[in-house]
Amino acid sequence: MSDPTTPVLTRQTRNPVSLFKKPWIWAYVAAGAAFLGTMAISGGQGAGSLFYTAMTFASFAAIVGVGQMLVITLGPGNVDLSIPSSMTLAATLALKVMNSEPGMVLIGLATALLVGLGCGIFNFSLIILLRIPPIIATLSSSFIFQSLAIWSNRGLRIKPPESMSQFVTGGVLGIPNVALVGIAIAMAAWVALERGIAGRWILAIGQNMRAASFSGVPVNTVRFAVYVSCAVLASIAGFLLANFSGGAALNMGAEYMLMSIAVVVIGGSSIGGGNSNVPGIWGASLFMFLVVSMLNSYGLGAGVRLIMTGIIIVAVVSLASKPGELR
Amino acid sequence: MNTAISETHASTAPLVHLDAVQKHFGKLQALKGASLSISAGECLGLVGHNGAGKSTLVKIINGRLPPTLGTISYRGMSHSYTADDNAEQAHTTGIRSVFQELSLCPNLTVLENYRVPFRDMPRRSWRRVAGARVMQSLDTIFPGHAIQARDTVENLSIAERQMVEIAIAFSSRTHPARLMILDEPTSSLDAAIARQLLDYIKTFCRAGGSVIFISHMLGEIFDVASRIIVMKDGLITDDRPTADFNRQSLVDAMGHVIPEGEAVAQSGTRIPGERVLSTDSGLNARKHEIVGLAGLAGHGQTRALASFYLESTSRWQGSRNSRVVFVAGDRARDGLMPLWSILQNLSLKTLIEFGTRFFIDRQQEQQLAADWKQKIGIRTDDLDSPILSLSGGNQQKVLFARALASSAPIVVMDDPMRGVDVGTKKDVYAMIQQEAAKGRTFLWYSTETDEILECDRVFVFRDGQISAELIGDDITEENILTASFGMKENAA
Repeated sequence: MSDPTTPVLTRQTRNPVSLFKKPWIWAYVAAGAAFLGTMAISGGQGAGSLFYTAMTFASFAAIVGVGQMLVITLGPGNVDLSIPSSMTLAATLALKVMNSEPGMVLIGLATALLVGLGCGIFNFSLIILLRIPPIIATLSSSFIFQSLAIWSNRGLRIKPPESMSQFVTGGVLGIPNVALVGIAIAMAAWVALERGIAGRWILAIGQNMRAASFSGVPVNTVRFAVYVSCAVLASIAGFLLANFSGGAALNMGAEYMLMSIAVVVIGGSSIGGGNSNVPGIWGASLFMFLVVSMLNSYGLGAGVRLIMTGIIIVAVVSLASKPGELR
Repeated sequence: MNTAISETHASTAPLVHLDAVQKHFGKLQALKGASLSISAGECLGLVGHNGAGKSTLVKIINGRLPPTLGTISYRGMSHSYTADDNAEQAHTTGIRSVFQELSLCPNLTVLENYRVPFRDMPRRSWRRVAGARVMQSLDTIFPGHAIQARDTVENLSIAERQMVEIAIAFSSRTHPARLMILDEPTSSLDAAIARQLLDYIKTFCRAGGSVIFISHMLGEIFDVASRIIVMKDGLITDDRPTADFNRQSLVDAMGHVIPEGEAVAQSGTRIPGERVLSTDSGLNARKHEIVGLAGLAGHGQTRALASFYLESTSRWQGSRNSRVVFVAGDRARDGLMPLWSILQNLSLKTLIEFGTRFFIDRQQEQQLAADWKQKIGIRTDDLDSPILSLSGGNQQKVLFARALASSAPIVVMDDPMRGVDVGTKKDVYAMIQQEAAKGRTFLWYSTETDEILECDRVFVFRDGQISAELIGDDITEENILTASFGMKENAA
């Protein structure tokens, strides 16, 4: 016993009043601090527009973050590294199908979703049929998806339909439309995890897969559904991002590989699996955008900015992790 | 190899003395004031129901937990130390522990695990030294065992892991073993191996060593203990020499009445129905039947049950009307969800049976847990507290409830009574008889003869195969032992 002052049989307080016991609160605290830090420089100028931009960019990270969180919750070794290439492939094919025609929006969306579905099925097939560890499986399939995207794109940059551009850049009551989509997805994930039978199954597999299968959990189906959901969410994010930025680019997903994992960790989900935190995903996504914009507004160089980002992330994660917890 | 004593100073002070020790975990009082002295050469039998505070008491004695109130002193030395000092003092006093929750590193070999608590191993060729010593220890306590020093622990059966753990605890180190704490060491051992351990404990005590022996098997307590301590609700309620007790008075002291002969009466009324399962390995069972799997521990019973379960359930389809449920015996590996509450652990299997298609019916979940808390006697005030806050026996009850709450007609049980107290065991036996009468089939692997005698038909396993099938009056301890050892017994 390294720490005899914390007894083995501690009873944890479940009192919801103790908001600061929630691991996700620190992501919001940090995001709020970064927001105020930025405002301190500008003297309160442009608070509304900063909020709007932050919400917009955070939604892309939040959508892929929710998918990655589901995968990571499945337990040690589970992570989806093919998120960036799934995003790129879905966006590329969807924009190609839409071909800038306004009437094709729904078909474009359907294309993106189908691509996501295909990517997810492909990933899980590698994992279950060939018994490749998830990290390797998703990494190798990401090369395939990326190559397909390059092959189908051939340097073309197709503009999104006008109506779609307006939708993704527009907003309702000061909240961007993409953020509404992102919030809806997060809420759906929260409901599934906290109130749904499937959510319990995901959490059970993450804690002890052997015990879960001995308790009648259909472990393969649950894992299949999780990997497919992750890929579909990546394709939605890719579709929205391409429409937002005026076309699909081959490197558009690159930063979301680490981003998706970072928001899961900062958001307070257990990296060891079995425990997830949906509200934290949004807090962390906002934080990840705001901390960069804060450091930008202080006029720091790129190197210093990266170092600061790293230090701040470490600080937030160590605050959010409960003392004495081993994971 | 006997390492018990080299007591040079003839001190009359007790090895350990506890004075009005209390231990609180939040609002839960695990110990409400325990006073106790242990002298050299004594073998203390410690009995009490699940959650009575037995494990907490011994964790205070070995220094793992600091007392909330009260004092503890080792070999008459004064105390007033912090927890770290207690652990250090316990260590130098020669107090060693073997716990229910196996504490070996599964990914290391037997000799590597042996190396871990040692600080005096040579740097070079320690593997050879450790290997020789651990085998010596094993051979002394468990003659005829089949464990190799280079076996990886995770490949050993739970009984073999327990044997390794015991052998490591008894082996010689810088500070000789003076007080051995054995927390239900026999619960995963079969009768023959448990016998070897009990014999060794007696030798150890005769040579001047002390033992605290926790067990729910009263026969063992009467066999080895020189003094019996009864605990109830965090208090020591009785502390007398073994000779002052008989079986009935001890059971009364524990405060639970065991119904005698009731189970036998019930089993006569059941008539087995149609055959509901049969496997390639030769296992079969009929409706209303309780089928036992016996034999020495680790001879393939668990594997037979696990593969039957996994073959008859789908990893792809969750089913509302599943055919088979599983009660895990190796809790940490096959049963528990360590991050969850008691409630969530209990309802895992049945969620799909009462839920609507997608959502959890939370009201029914609460109801189910409350019912089973009552039915099987889970000792907790709050079903939302974490599962790991329960004592081992109570965790086992939760796993039992998880499976029995399901409507599945076949119940597979992998030595499920490990660490469950006598009173609850009798309740569960009765429950099993009732359920069988209602039409369920039980496949029950057990290392305890009492439980095997509850069965209608018994398959005895040896070397991974069925070596005998016993029915009705043929189910006796003698027949089971004969079939477990087979021809080897004659040769040896």
